[in-house]
Amino acid sequence: MLYLFEQCLNGMQLGMLLFLLAAGLTLIFGIMDMVNLAHGSLYMLGAYFAATFVEVTDSFVAGFALGLLATLIAGMVLEVIAIRPLYGRDHLDHVLGTFGLLIFFNELVRLIWGPEGRTISLPSEMLTAVQVLPGVYYPLYRLVIILATLAVAALLYIIVMRTRVGMLIRAGASNREMVGALGVNIKLLYTLVFGLGAALAGFAGMMQAPISFVQIGMGENILILAFVVIIIGGIGSIRGAFAAAIIVGLIDTIGRAFLPDLVRYFLSYSAGSSAGPALSSMLIYLLMALVLIFRPEGLFPAAGK
Amino acid sequence: MKRTLLATCAVLALATAPALAQQKTVKIGFISTFSGPVAAIGNDMRNSFELALDHHGRKLGGLPVEVIYEDDQVKPEVGVQKVQKLIESDKVDFIVGIIWSNVLLASLKPIIDSKTFTIITNAGASQLAGEMCSPYVFSTSWNNDQTPQAIGLYMNQKGVKSAFLIGPNYAAGKDMLEGVEATFKGKIVGRELTTWPTQVDFQAELSKARNAKPDAIFAFYPGGPGIQFITQYSQSGLKGQIPLYTAFTIDSLSLPRLKDQALGIPGAQQWVRDLPNEANKKYVADFRAKHKTDPSFYGSQTYDAVPLLDSVVTAVKGDLTNKNGMRDAARKADFKSVRGSFKFGPNHIPIQNFYLQEAVNEGGEFRMKTVATIVENDQDKHVQKCKMPN
Amino acid sequence: MSGMITPRNAFVAAVIVVLALIPVYAAMTGNTFMMTLFTRIIILAIAAVSLNLIMGFGGMVSFGHAAYLGIGGYVIGILAKEGINTGFVQWPLALLVSGLFALGVGALSLRTRGVYFIMITLAFAQMVYYIANGLDRYGGDDGLTIHKRSEFGGLLNLSNRTVFYYVCLVLLLATVYVVWRIINSRFGAVIQGARSNDRRMRAIGFPTFRYKLVCFVIAGVICGLSGALLANHTNFISPAMMHWTRSGDLIVMAVLGGMGSVFGPVIGSVALLVLEETLPHLIGFASHVITGKEVVAAKEYWQLILGPMLLLIVLFARGGIDGLIASARRG
Repeated sequence: MLYLFEQCLNGMQLGMLLFLLAAGLTLIFGIMDMVNLAHGSLYMLGAYFAATFVEVTDSFVAGFALGLLATLIAGMVLEVIAIRPLYGRDHLDHVLGTFGLLIFFNELVRLIWGPEGRTISLPSEMLTAVQVLPGVYYPLYRLVIILATLAVAALLYIIVMRTRVGMLIRAGASNREMVGALGVNIKLLYTLVFGLGAALAGFAGMMQAPISFVQIGMGENILILAFVVIIIGGIGSIRGAFAAAIIVGLIDTIGRAFLPDLVRYFLSYSAGSSAGPALSSMLIYLLMALVLIFRPEGLFPAAGK
Repeated sequence: MKRTLLATCAVLALATAPALAQQKTVKIGFISTFSGPVAAIGNDMRNSFELALDHHGRKLGGLPVEVIYEDDQVKPEVGVQKVQKLIESDKVDFIVGIIWSNVLLASLKPIIDSKTFTIITNAGASQLAGEMCSPYVFSTSWNNDQTPQAIGLYMNQKGVKSAFLIGPNYAAGKDMLEGVEATFKGKIVGRELTTWPTQVDFQAELSKARNAKPDAIFAFYPGGPGIQFITQYSQSGLKGQIPLYTAFTIDSLSLPRLKDQALGIPGAQQWVRDLPNEANKKYVADFRAKHKTDPSFYGSQTYDAVPLLDSVVTAVKGDLTNKNGMRDAARKADFKSVRGSFKFGPNHIPIQNFYLQEAVNEGGEFRMKTVATIVENDQDKHVQKCKMPN
Repeated sequence: MSGMITPRNAFVAAVIVVLALIPVYAAMTGNTFMMTLFTRIIILAIAAVSLNLIMGFGGMVSFGHAAYLGIGGYVIGILAKEGINTGFVQWPLALLVSGLFALGVGALSLRTRGVYFIMITLAFAQMVYYIANGLDRYGGDDGLTIHKRSEFGGLLNLSNRTVFYYVCLVLLLATVYVVWRIINSRFGAVIQGARSNDRRMRAIGFPTFRYKLVCFVIAGVICGLSGALLANHTNFISPAMMHWTRSGDLIVMAVLGGMGSVFGPVIGSVALLVLEETLPHLIGFASHVITGKEVVAAKEYWQLILGPMLLLIVLFARGGIDGLIASARRG
């Protein structure tokens, strides 16, 4: 039981990471009707910025803050230069144009930071495990990720539900033309939303960096997972993204923890090792396909859509 | 129309260029990884190869050398394309390098079909030692399971009764875990293979290891993922509870990053930077003078390829079409290896010693150190499966 | 249709002639790599043409088309591993499995539209990708070497590079012809009609779902053929054949060449892959001219140009290269 609890924590942590990516993606999708494959590039940029600033400032916190700011700015600049002309085009154009951007950013990073990639070392006080339940030890940094992301989610909820900008965002998601007609500076709103999405993605990238590796193309696989999350949750719905992210995170982790042994029960050891993780990844896409077939608006659709 | 014509002309022009190149040079195609979290390995191999060429006056058997470096990006399908390009377009005389067993397995067919003389300087897929052995393919490294076999023996010595094994799910990972199982006499209480090379988050597997309550954990994670594994092992608080044994996970490349996290974690290797022979002293000293750090075992194996090739080209007096002559010369292993002298088995895999090694703190610098010899003149167990065609 | 010799037709003819002469050139210069490269281009062109049938003419943007490449390839590889080398079994089976997969995916996916269609095709392709990853016996992640190319008795020797090249080329031309016939048939008219206004087509009595499904299956079968060729060409299969970025590459080829024409994707694949090979050298050459010495670093970053180029094509040249040539006459 304790073991299951521990694996659930692991699943939560992955889910929280996915939520950070998916929240921005779903906002951009819901409000600007924009499929953005370059979202994973912002995840990557965030990690690279943070790695650089941590190195320069020699401070974990300052490095992350500067990295976050840099990703926010990069996102807004990207929106003005390359994304804005794509609004209103069809989705194939989005896929293609942002696929081009994805290729571009991979090469740009190679040019600036070199092909080897970076790592971010945690401060030594983070390198410990804490006892979360009697007998259950959990790495401190992973708890920090879960808690920090929950805080961000709460903040996002407050921004969207309680502020004027949030009201416009919600209005924009349900009726774009109307918001524009009301005299709101829709261009500025879009740039802000895109910047916010970029910052969230960058935050995800840098939070993950110390427990993985800062490298070219790091955002590509997780980007597809984030798309799965927003489809399952319902496009444009932050609440949906939150729930779906946790579902996907849990399926992936629990599946990886238990499926290999299940397969081994029927087949060989080695077959289980290959088939187990493959099966749990497949389950995620199966869930997405089922949602698309039976409930295309997602499990938790955005209100008013 | 113009655009495509222009592009086509460019292709044609480039395609003809190599044909005009000078004839009397030794052309070497070098396949390794220069991008991503394992790029440090490729760079270390390249640095050692370049240093060895410098030591040989940048000549092999009296002929000037040209090296073309290609990056396999840790992807078998990319590696095989690069190998094909080196063979067909660059028309290299030798292929050297290859870190990854899966890249090697994908590339072996074009190498064998084209009879390109090849020195593998790391990848040790057991098929290469067994059924896929080939007259013109030699290895200066080992077969995958030899090193973990040595660690398995050491775990027996330490009285380990049960172990949890973990490694990446690719050709080498499977070989490595089988290697430990071959010699380790205790009980295997768990065996995990993780997605390679993309998975670097091992939390779910570490949780599983803790839950299995073994006496020891064995891990195989080369390059950047190895740094992540050791770090997460420390972070999870397992370090004080369950000791870790490794193969190819802690080396001179990861030590500067791991520092004291690496202390007290034993590993096995066929070469350590402090092996007391003249060739090795010169190699390590000159490498340190140039790169301010110790070379890794990857580098040492690659360094050895140069004197081996030199002996081969010398034996055929520069006639690189005399492949049987080169093969016979290579089989003698008549050169000063930095690991001390060794013999090739009939499958062209070295028969050599394996040492126990540990990281130590030498006045602030973390370095690898030989502790003991675990096995002497070890030959891989796949050699019977090799029917070497002559 | 004011005459046969339009700039576009001349261009298409020129591309075909160049493709047909590649083996001659390779034989003359001894540069076999040219042939390896162009065999690959031709095989991927077949895949791109098949994608364009559903995407360009049917408006079904499949973001999982590489799955058929993988399925075709894996059927060949798995049979070869199990000792069945005859192409008379391998190839029909590759086409059959691809077709059945397309039937299943199409039947489920064609109920959705727009971005949901893009995502659901991606989901199915990802599932196949992970199945391949889980096939321990067939190499899993590492992939599998195919030791013998498909055998066709005394009929064809695919191990001969030149023979293989021309087989691929003939199949490409056949594919282009078949797709062209489909587009210009009544069936094709319904498909294109459904793209612009599905509801109206249904209102006048066409069961568009069935038409689209058949079209989807045809495209899957053709792409499966391309996968079978690719496996034979590289003698190697791995899940990477169907990674989602590969599906993206196929879309890029179709759009770059021009979605509006049957031959466009062929131009697109030639252009993309030739650029991939030559742009690094051209950049190196340019840096040589400008700075006096070849800047090695500059060569590696050719994709810096490719990425924004894609975006510009999307924004300003929706017809792709083919569209530019077609409009050249008017302009």
